Amino acid sequence: MLHLWLIPAFPLAGFLANGLVGRRASKAAVNLIAIGSVVLSLLWVLKTLAALGPLEHTHIERYFTWFQSGDLRVGFDLAVDRLTAVMLLVVTSVGLLIHIYAIGYMSHEGGYYRFFAYFNLFMFFMLLLVMAANFLLMFVGWEGVGLCSYLLIGFYFLRHSATTAGNKAFIVNRIGDYGFTLAVFLIFLGFGSLDFETVFAAAAGRPVETSAGALTLIGLLLLAGAAGKSAQIPLYVWLPDAMEGPTPVSALIHAATMVTAGVYMIARCAPLYTRAPLALDVVALVGLATAVLAAIIGLAQTDIKKVFAYSTVSQLGYMFLGLGSGAYSAGIFHLVTHAFFKALLFLGAGSVIHALSGEQDLRRMGGLRKHTPVTFVTILCAAVAIAGVPPFSGFHSKDAILLAAHHHAPWMYWAGVATAGLTAFYVFRAVFLAFFGTYRGPHHPHESPAVMTLPLAALALLSLAGGYFNVPRWLEPMFPPAEGAHDALLVYISVAAAAAGISLAWLMYVARPGLADRLAGRLGWLYRLVYNKFFVDEIYDRALVRPCVEGSSAVLWRGVDAGLIDGAVNQVGMKARDAGSVLRLIQSGSIRSYAAWVLWGSVLALAALVLSRGAR
Amino acid sequence: MDLVLFLTFAIVAVGCAVNLVLQRHPISAAISLIGVMASLAVLYLLLGAEFIAAAQVIVYAGAIMVLFVFVIMLLNAEAERKTGRSLVARYIGIPSLVLFLSLLGVLIHALYPSAERASFGGFTGGTPQNVGRLLFTRYLLPFEATSALILIAIVGAVWLARKEAGE
Amino acid sequence: MTGVPLSWFLILSAVLFSLGVAGFLIRRSVLTVFMSIELMLNAVNLSFVAFSYQLKQVNGHLFTFFVMVVAAAEAALGLAIILAVFRNRGTLQVDEVNSMKN
Repeated sequence: MLHLWLIPAFPLAGFLANGLVGRRASKAAVNLIAIGSVVLSLLWVLKTLAALGPLEHTHIERYFTWFQSGDLRVGFDLAVDRLTAVMLLVVTSVGLLIHIYAIGYMSHEGGYYRFFAYFNLFMFFMLLLVMAANFLLMFVGWEGVGLCSYLLIGFYFLRHSATTAGNKAFIVNRIGDYGFTLAVFLIFLGFGSLDFETVFAAAAGRPVETSAGALTLIGLLLLAGAAGKSAQIPLYVWLPDAMEGPTPVSALIHAATMVTAGVYMIARCAPLYTRAPLALDVVALVGLATAVLAAIIGLAQTDIKKVFAYSTVSQLGYMFLGLGSGAYSAGIFHLVTHAFFKALLFLGAGSVIHALSGEQDLRRMGGLRKHTPVTFVTILCAAVAIAGVPPFSGFHSKDAILLAAHHHAPWMYWAGVATAGLTAFYVFRAVFLAFFGTYRGPHHPHESPAVMTLPLAALALLSLAGGYFNVPRWLEPMFPPAEGAHDALLVYISVAAAAAGISLAWLMYVARPGLADRLAGRLGWLYRLVYNKFFVDEIYDRALVRPCVEGSSAVLWRGVDAGLIDGAVNQVGMKARDAGSVLRLIQSGSIRSYAAWVLWGSVLALAALVLSRGAR
Repeated sequence: MDLVLFLTFAIVAVGCAVNLVLQRHPISAAISLIGVMASLAVLYLLLGAEFIAAAQVIVYAGAIMVLFVFVIMLLNAEAERKTGRSLVARYIGIPSLVLFLSLLGVLIHALYPSAERASFGGFTGGTPQNVGRLLFTRYLLPFEATSALILIAIVGAVWLARKEAGE
Repeated sequence: MTGVPLSWFLILSAVLFSLGVAGFLIRRSVLTVFMSIELMLNAVNLSFVAFSYQLKQVNGHLFTFFVMVVAAAEAALGLAIILAVFRNRGTLQVDEVNSMKN
């Protein structure tokens, strides 16, 4: 027993403490509880991993039976294997850095204790998600992080856009969760258990499905769940809106950890997907399409957080592409490096926003490298990492994915390379717009405090050097490496694409600042199409949301509820009143008439008696 | 002999009962009821119910009717006035009554087409000895229950009939 | 052939009972109504005794006895209620005791 349960228990205790008494506690106490619980959690992770050593086998701890019904036994079981170990380290370390950063970022905000309580709750659910040893416990964490995401997106609940964004995230996720739930049902139906160990062992014994079968269906339904949580086509629309939440939330939940839950889940279910190549192909296609589409939309956004949000969607698409190409370890590798550099990008953006007292529009920034040098340097580290400049972290993981994609289908590689170029372009566009040129806003920018810049520095180091954590090698026992020669040419091409993207951004936004506007004017409708995100939100609204809402209000509300149910109730009441107004004439208050009715009744009884006699 | 006895007292009973229904003054009704009860007591004797016949005279004709007459005197009841009419009682009650009686007749006729005849001395089980034995053995529990019932009735009657504090 | 057919007793019982019902329906004085009820009870008693004779069992007498006891209790309570009603309303007419109406 290594007491794995302590890992999620620390943040839970932090949540309870801050949630219950945080309102009266001082900020220092809230900080101590929130940060302390995550530190303890991280330390316990390190201790556990040190004790487990090379982790040749999955370490499972079974605590108690959650519930049992017929053949179904669901236990509160936690497990650690190599994949979980990676996730635990990423979640707790990045989570800790963002917690620390949030002290500075949230210092002027109301609801300070509430923020940290939710943050700790999120850590609890996220750790539960990655440590769960069966599908249902994973689903608890899965739903829990969704709940925290909802709560934190709507953190500024007085702002209408924030609450609607929270609702949108919750509802869109619900669609995906529906698929996940169905998949869990099917898994129980097919394997008679929900334990990862049992299910995967049973799945390993099955033949590879060449045509669509049960495993393919399960895989597709799980993909629906993953697409909801990890913002893939067609359910990605909630993530850009989720930027309404405070920036540390965007960094922790909507960039580094929660949105990667879908990637983790598909990697976890690799034994199922390996035997359902059709589902795996769909994963790759969805990932690639998302990566390309989101990168294109990211080109024209003016809100710095929206740029990074679409970038997140795009990078998640990359991870799905990796998974779908059969290179699970490459997908997880990108998950890790992405957690570093995307958290850094968001925290850097938060630092910029903090410096500009809430300004998020890139058009009103500029020249900030003089005012906020630390933020500038760290964000530059993240930018080179995400753009795939060797030898920084993004280069290694993206390269692994692209190589796997090339092995899977060469055209996917080329689409991926193009996306890499776009990625480099839009990230550097944001950097150049914000930090170069001259300042275009009305505020007085100032550098953020040390409590914010220190996590930035730490993440910058991780972003630069994260590529040398050889995650694929570590995961080899679980996910055998995809065969295929390491083709140096493919690497050069992708690096060239990244360099092209950066150069183009430099040309358009630093060297010839008017060029971008002229180009946008020249392209006209195309630019507007991209600027308005391909009108996906509007299409969804027209095609799905409005028919659903109006159908509900016309049929379900006015028709069924008001008409049928209320009508039935009212009619019953009215009929009873009508009947009563007739029947009350009998209640004359006259004893003699009552006696007459009694007599009439006894006559009927006697008549029945006589008739029954006669019938006999 | 038995037939004469039965017919005599049956006619008296029915006549008194008709009088009870028709008389408008309560005291006349009460006297008629006493007549019905007395004739019934004779018929009980005819059927061999000695104890019941005695109880009929003592309890019913004696105690209960005295109570009635006492209340009539106490309230100084007058002949009833014609107040209100119950259409239901008239148009449903009276036809129902006719139907009721004829149905009962049909039933009795159907169930006892050639029943045995009752004559004096045909049944001698109704002595106080026999009744008392059964009363204190098989019907002991109901008997005790009635004593409780009577006690409750007495308490209730006293409470209901007491003078209000303010009067 | 001596004796009285038992069915005659039952017919008499039925006639007396019906007269009691008729009194209940026709009479307006609450006292007479009450007496009609007593008449009905007596009619039923007669049939009990007649059945007892037919079955040559004394159980019917016991029932009659209990009916009498209950009738006594009922008379005591009923008359007390009539007394209370008369005090409150100053009338013995059943038609005027109709505050339950409407």
